[in-house]
Amino acid sequence: MVIRVRRSSQVPSSEITPESTYLDRRKFLGATAGIGAATFLGRGVAAEETPTHGDEEPNSWEEITTHNNFYEFGLGKEDPSRNAHTLVTEPWTVRVDGLCAKPGDYALEDFIRPSTLEDRVYRLRCVEGWSMVIPWRGFPLADVIRRAEVEPRARYVAFETLWDPDQMPERGWKPRIGWPYREGLRLDEALHPLSFLVVGLYGKTLPNQNGAPLRLVVPWKYGFKSIKSIVRMSFVRDQPRTTWSSDSPREYGFYSNVNPEVRHPRWSQATEKRIDGGRLFGYRRIDTQFLNGYADEVAHLYEGMDLRKHF
Amino acid sequence: MVLKGAIWAVGLAPVAYLIVGFVRGSLGLLPVDTIILVEGRWALVFLLATLAVTPIRRLTRWNRLARARRLLGLFAFFHASVHFLAYAGIDKLFGLVAILEDVRDRRYITAGMAALLLLVPLAGTSTRGWIRRLGKRWLKLHRLVYPAAALGVLHFYWKVRADTFWPLLAALTLAVLLAARSPAMAPRLRRGQRSPGGKAG
Ligand code: HEM
Repeated sequence: MVIRVRRSSQVPSSEITPESTYLDRRKFLGATAGIGAATFLGRGVAAEETPTHGDEEPNSWEEITTHNNFYEFGLGKEDPSRNAHTLVTEPWTVRVDGLCAKPGDYALEDFIRPSTLEDRVYRLRCVEGWSMVIPWRGFPLADVIRRAEVEPRARYVAFETLWDPDQMPERGWKPRIGWPYREGLRLDEALHPLSFLVVGLYGKTLPNQNGAPLRLVVPWKYGFKSIKSIVRMSFVRDQPRTTWSSDSPREYGFYSNVNPEVRHPRWSQATEKRIDGGRLFGYRRIDTQFLNGYADEVAHLYEGMDLRKHF
Repeated sequence: MVLKGAIWAVGLAPVAYLIVGFVRGSLGLLPVDTIILVEGRWALVFLLATLAVTPIRRLTRWNRLARARRLLGLFAFFHASVHFLAYAGIDKLFGLVAILEDVRDRRYITAGMAALLLLVPLAGTSTRGWIRRLGKRWLKLHRLVYPAAALGVLHFYWKVRADTFWPLLAALTLAVLLAARSPAMAPRLRRGQRSPGGKAG
């Protein structure tokens, strides 16, 4: 399967030092049956070791936390790392609503506590043509969906990012995309074991610019599908409106699966710039893989679909 | 001339900034992208500055400004070339197929390429010798700067995804500069002007 638990030897000790971890701040790692603390210390936990990112090395903490797209905090790649400190992540409430038996407003701690946290290393491919390899910490999205007891009528999950102008001061002109940021998945995509809700990075608390305190990671889709700072999940019958596909339907489809075969009017998707600090210009150019290299796991979700039409 | 010295300083500063930034590693994780953005912006700034010379000169009667126009135009071409070379050389490694595909499939690249190609003959004929040799035709040829500027602005507008403030500001600036040359505006602006140096461009 897909889970890889990082060993402490792979991470510089500076990155393991728990300056401000959930362990201290929120205590829910401790409350998670057994695994939290053990994983945190980098000891092997019951998890298989077949990494789905191949033998690609994860990018550094520095790289992952200074090159972000989070337009609520500015349009430049470095803006979120400079500006997102104004985001208040405690307390945090996640609203679960729509077609399910257990809707409600959940304190983040209660939302996470029933799940077992895992460390997974995933590739992240941005639609703009760059990519990284990132060691996330989180739990399967399917956990939450099962707990909500979704009605059979529900076919999609819609997600919403926090929108609070006080915490997300718009700089300059109002961007023409509408807030709050919205994303969505088909229910079977959401239930797929690779779909992951993330609360940590490199075993530490997820930094604000990476979508704290709770974000989605869907590694076979372009990065913008992996919505950040989630405040709402709704189970719905019809395909939900999503931010980028409403803004430019010609450019961004609802599915937005990584696909080198589908031309994008803005960026070539045949290759990508894998961020690599060891290179002169900061990246290696590599071929982009169908479904970002996760085709064996997820291609069956799209059987019989014309992926050029449903891009 | 102080004015020309100032233009040289401003014209070369972005490149100095990018070189120092590249060496220090302060251009972000993808320095090529930063180089492309910075140089694209300066290309447009110099292009609009070139077009602003005549209206400003007429308004202020500061006629010596006309002498700066060629230098401004050449810096526009210089930054557009660095912009293009960063894209074509570093990002695409001069991969002709990939570049041509971009020009064909991506309208913002099509517009940018057209703008740059229009500037090539203008830069090439900017010397005194060519001005003399071409005579009246030189003025005609150099009117290509208008479509070049319009395509540059369009390129910018099409490239931007969310924040259209700067491309719209550039479009507004271009519109004002063009209006200032329209026959309706010209007499008013020309009032009080004595020297007949008002060439097009
Ligand atoms: C007179 C000619 C040109 C002007 C004035 C110009 C100007 C600009 C401007 C203002 C930007 C946007 C910067 C920003 O977003 O802040 C830009 C982006 C860009 N231009 Fe040009 N450009 C010109 C020619 C070209 C040519 C010939 C090409 C390639 C064939 C090109 C390729 C690009 C690319 C790839 C970007 C986007 C970079 C990115 O999104 O990271 N440009 N240009």
